Amino acid sequence: MNLSTLFLAMAPAKDAPLPPNDAKGGPWSMPIQASTFAPETDAIYLFILVLCLISFVGIIGATLYFMRAYRRRSPDQKTSSITHNGKVEFLWSAIPAVLLVVIFLWSEVAFMKQVVPPSDAIDIRVKGQKWFWTAEYPANPGVQLNNEIIVPVGVPVRVTLTSEDVIHSFFIPAFRIKRDAVPGRYTTVWFEATRPGDYNLFCAEYCGDQHSEMRGVVHVLPLDEYEAALEEAGRLELEQGESLAAFGERIYTRKGCNACHSTDGTTKTGPSWKGIYGADRTFADGSSGKVDDNYIRESILEPNAKVVAGFTPQMPSFQGQLNDDQITALIEFMKTLK
Amino acid sequence: MSAIATAEHPEHLAHHFDTLEQQAAAAKLGMWLFLATEILMFSGLFLGYFIIRMFYPEMVLEAHEYLSKTAGGVNTVVLITSSFTMALAVRAAQVGDQKNLIRNLIFTIGFAGVFMVVKYFEYSAKFEHGMLPGKFYHAWDHGYYIEGLPHIFFGLYFCMTGLHGIHVLVGIGVLTWILLRAKKGEFGPSYYTPVENVGLYWHLVDLVWIFLFPLLYLVR
Amino acid sequence: MSDKSKGSVAPDVPATEPSFWEADKGLASWLFTLDHKRLGVMYLVSTMIFLFVGGAAALLLRTELLTPEGDIFSATVYNKLFTVHGAVMVFLVIIPSVPGALGNFLLPLMLGAKDVAFPRLNLLSFWVYTLGAMFFLYTLFAGGLDTGWTFYTPYSSTTGTSVVSATLGAFILGFSSILTGLNFIVTVHKMRAPGLTWNRLPLFVWGIYATAVIQILATPVLAITLLLITIERTLNIGIFDPAMGGDPVLFQHFFWFYSHPAVYIMILPGFAIESELIAVHSRKHIFGYKAIALSSVAIAIISFLVWGHHMFVSGQSELAGVIFSFLTFAVAVPTAIKVFSWVATLYKGSIEFNTPMLYGLMFIFTFSIGGLTGLFLGSLATDVHLHDTYFVVAHFHYVMMGGTIIAFIGGIHHWWSKMFGVNYSEKAAKIGALLVFIGFNMTFFNQFILGQQGMPRRYYTYLPQFQQQHVLSTIGAYILGAGLLWTAIYLIHSLRRGEKATSNPWHGVSLEWHTQSPPIQHNFHGTPVVTSDPYDFPEIDRTGETDRH
Repeated sequence: MNLSTLFLAMAPAKDAPLPPNDAKGGPWSMPIQASTFAPETDAIYLFILVLCLISFVGIIGATLYFMRAYRRRSPDQKTSSITHNGKVEFLWSAIPAVLLVVIFLWSEVAFMKQVVPPSDAIDIRVKGQKWFWTAEYPANPGVQLNNEIIVPVGVPVRVTLTSEDVIHSFFIPAFRIKRDAVPGRYTTVWFEATRPGDYNLFCAEYCGDQHSEMRGVVHVLPLDEYEAALEEAGRLELEQGESLAAFGERIYTRKGCNACHSTDGTTKTGPSWKGIYGADRTFADGSSGKVDDNYIRESILEPNAKVVAGFTPQMPSFQGQLNDDQITALIEFMKTLK
Repeated sequence: MSAIATAEHPEHLAHHFDTLEQQAAAAKLGMWLFLATEILMFSGLFLGYFIIRMFYPEMVLEAHEYLSKTAGGVNTVVLITSSFTMALAVRAAQVGDQKNLIRNLIFTIGFAGVFMVVKYFEYSAKFEHGMLPGKFYHAWDHGYYIEGLPHIFFGLYFCMTGLHGIHVLVGIGVLTWILLRAKKGEFGPSYYTPVENVGLYWHLVDLVWIFLFPLLYLVR
Repeated sequence: MSDKSKGSVAPDVPATEPSFWEADKGLASWLFTLDHKRLGVMYLVSTMIFLFVGGAAALLLRTELLTPEGDIFSATVYNKLFTVHGAVMVFLVIIPSVPGALGNFLLPLMLGAKDVAFPRLNLLSFWVYTLGAMFFLYTLFAGGLDTGWTFYTPYSSTTGTSVVSATLGAFILGFSSILTGLNFIVTVHKMRAPGLTWNRLPLFVWGIYATAVIQILATPVLAITLLLITIERTLNIGIFDPAMGGDPVLFQHFFWFYSHPAVYIMILPGFAIESELIAVHSRKHIFGYKAIALSSVAIAIISFLVWGHHMFVSGQSELAGVIFSFLTFAVAVPTAIKVFSWVATLYKGSIEFNTPMLYGLMFIFTFSIGGLTGLFLGSLATDVHLHDTYFVVAHFHYVMMGGTIIAFIGGIHHWWSKMFGVNYSEKAAKIGALLVFIGFNMTFFNQFILGQQGMPRRYYTYLPQFQQQHVLSTIGAYILGAGLLWTAIYLIHSLRRGEKATSNPWHGVSLEWHTQSPPIQHNFHGTPVVTSDPYDFPEIDRTGETDRH
């Protein structure tokens, strides 16, 4: 079923790597089980599903049978005078009540396991903001990841969440976990990954225009590769033999600029970077200016000082998140986007 | 059975009721339900108040010092007295004492007016001192420094007393309407439900204030 | 026909008196009418108009979701569309639909009263509803609203769209809802005909009564919540917005304290209609009358204690989560009792498959799915995974649409002849019912699958692996839309061309069938007297019965 070809004319070209597919088990199953919580959540899910199927087959089976057996054959067909039956009514109140308590208890026990992280858990601090995730590792200062987190397999991880602006929700389907990231307070969630691989991270609480693009990838790695990968991922500096513009392009994707600024001329939440360098701008307050090095620098560090007419002041400041070398590289990258 | 309502139709009986008793009982039940919704609406605000007070106890304690206990106290006495005159008015309607009914209604409206005048002076003082809700708070420009986030306290103060004030104004309106009807001699021992219902409403307005006053003015 | 039914007695109706349609003429006689029947018709027309608006928004959304990428609209327009769909459907369609249209029309008829207790208040409710609707329409033209119908802070206190007009609109609509609820409670208490004891009330009345109780207890809290958002946005008082020192989770508590009971404001009227449909069209006394009546009241009460189950992952305390989960399961029991009782009513009945009954049976199917899938969401561990995914979307559509709207359409067919005095085409109606059934299930069943796979809701774009289910869902939505449009067409057609209806085509026993169709302005000639209960059908076989009570 590929209807997308019908509508492709308007869709922007995507050259980013394909996002992970958690649904490898087929369209009817739960996503891949990749954390210690997943098997139990799925077992409860299956248990409720079986109970529901039995009840549903019972209800609909009885309905269908009665519909056939007691359909009106003649206009004056006699009907039964039953109005109630205490025993039956007691049974069909009590049996569901007991089953519901079983579901509740099992689910409650499983939920409580998700509440208290083990004391030896690795800490990750994750911040949501419109519209990307930033992960920091207190044990590895300087490592700052955008829209990706790296975790080891078989080790508990505690994620402390907060938000810069509105409520977001940290959702990893393959781990069966979800927790809101609330501005002005901290919430925590923990998990222990059980199989290496890449999994989806979604924002599950509606947060505005790019809500559906606020996605990330969870890289689960074997323990021996984890530290090295983290160090590698944390490094964002000019590589040997790399051009400044190429470095700038890496920053563009790594720091989440691409969430709001396209490079192909399409307008997203912010202006496109295509042909931006040297262009003339009119600002929301009516003044105008040219896009030069100083303007770009100011727009990165104090985004709301000059807002381009037709856009809203949505961009967060990158003060402290980008150093001078990185800003220079970004400017060089913009120059290449003709 | 079908002839109950058609034989004699009293003046104040609406067409869809069978008897005056039924009509009065319906009106009274409706009024009590309405009062329940009013209480629930205010309780939402009270809940917000308690949560803010739990979050910022010192701020609430400090900010409340800037409310005038005298003005609040005077208004409390004024409202309680007006509730009393209202009760007298209802009683007068029940026994058909036309003169006392009108006199007590006028007293009640007068006390409500006094309440609003005191409220006006209180509000003007707050405006003058920049103690305004939320982003309009600028008391520091007038030399008042309150630790923490006093704009929340004054936000709640204006919300709660403002909503209550609107109820007092509505009360003055319906009391005046009842007064005009009373002057036409519409009420008597056989028909006084409107007076009684307005009385119930007025007691509720009084009751809400009795909770507002200690919570806002007498924090400890 | 009325001679067939025994038990309740109403004086004979002379054929000469004009119906409520003809009693007064001119536009003003409608705009300022105090007649509950005319107000019911006016609510019916307005809710149907808004059903069309909300439905059109839904079809546009589904079209956008045919492909994973954004194609037709921008993300902003998409967000406004789902907000319009949700807000219009909840505040302007589902909440006022059954109480406003059928409740107004039928309640006094079923009680044997001439009108509701406060006819002027009833007219005011309608105009307050219209005023609230105007605010919503204004919102649409003043740049729309992109918060979702839930208005979560701090998104709603910071977004640039027209939040204030929308919250004021919902605030005003809340008053309409409160006034209607108040009116109905007093009407049920004080306006019952002689002999109509509480145990003889039709279950429709019980359902509407339970709804009214929730309306007056929950809606004031919504009113104050929306007022606080408005003030937060205009004055930044800092109660919900963390940037000013407030607490966004507090808003969620306030909001769901109303909005979960509101779910029952929406579904209890569906239950109310369902009991009538099942009993009348299987010609049998409803099974477990007391259990159905009291379970409505039980649901009304418990519904106030479960709001936190919308917030299991919001950062509220875990203990709160556990308590709310338990209470949520507690509300499942009275709901299950109702479903079982309806099925048991069919047993040894004489079931006629006319259109109202088809919708009644469809309700059992779709509402069972909606109710049962609620268990996955009430259970803590599974809700963590399913919360804010398409599973939730599918669940509440099965309840709100598969429950309330399906029952409402069934009810409209059931009482169509009573309201308009004409019959619709049975054949056309059956085609419509089939389309609605297929389209509805095709649209929403797939969404359970999407949800369990982890597709979050309110997504403008999505991963390619979800496309297959989305395409199926969109095709289903078109079929559903066609079915509803078809239903509207043949019903409107019947107003002009339909054959004249008899006063009691279904041989119903409750009082509304004891007056002519359409009823006269004062409903009955004189006051009817009730001597037996509303499900005492003449077909019931009393032979061999010793003592029923």
